[in-house]
Amino acid sequence: MVALTRRIEVTLETQLDSVDLGEQIALRVAGAAGFDEEEQHKIGMAVREGIINAYQYGNRQQRGKKIFLNFELAADRLIVEVLDQGTGFDLHQVPDPLAEENLLKTSGRGIFLIRCFMDELDVQRGPQGGARLIMTKRYPPHLRSNLSPGPHRETPRRSD
Amino acid sequence: MSFQATPRLADGVTVVEISGRIILGEGTARLRQLLRDLLADGHRHILLNLAEVSYIDSSGIGELVSGLAAVRSHGGELKLLHLNRRLRDLLQLTRLYTVFDVHTDEEAALHSFR
Repeated sequence: MVALTRRIEVTLETQLDSVDLGEQIALRVAGAAGFDEEEQHKIGMAVREGIINAYQYGNRQQRGKKIFLNFELAADRLIVEVLDQGTGFDLHQVPDPLAEENLLKTSGRGIFLIRCFMDELDVQRGPQGGARLIMTKRYPPHLRSNLSPGPHRETPRRSD
Repeated sequence: MSFQATPRLADGVTVVEISGRIILGEGTARLRQLLRDLLADGHRHILLNLAEVSYIDSSGIGELVSGLAAVRSHGGELKLLHLNRRLRDLLQLTRLYTVFDVHTDEEAALHSFR
């Protein structure tokens, strides 16, 4: 049996407006997936922080680079990927913003907030380098059955 | 709604009514400049009324922390008033709720500067 899913791919410019744009798209996708308003807000904010990370630390605000934002509506969860064209980073090396010595730092809370607002976060190396943030949010139980794959509403999963 | 700030004086305290979004870009830049200007003009006791702030991201939180440090370095105090639920939740998540002096009543907030 072929696994079915729905996928949205967006390419963003490395510019400040992309942060708002990416968040707005995330809010629309989360709403369409059936998340309630509070969860939509959390997903939107997590995506916003992911794009800020790509814009500031990944692509270092270099206009020639791109930010790739992908949404995948799987059977039981929403998967969001934010890929930049920087040098990548190790999630385990990100300082803990809750540590006493970091509490008064003016930056470094974005990754922490993504972890708070999503169910899972992983950071991998992108195909051409760069950081690939993969964040997932499981649907509430009553939505998982409604969104189970069906040929009348799904498109085949990409194999690439 | 974009960032807006309106300062007023009350009992020797500079109360700044802030509305809109404190987010990466214009919102954080304007908050930074506002606090710089207030400090340059000699204001040391500053109360930010955040009741009408509709949204804040990690950059906005960072700017509040930066403002707190800047005001303290001038021997002053920066306090917060009327956080909405989401902002309060964010400050609690980031352990900053206890770093800032947060108030829910303006009279009590003004009195706390004395």
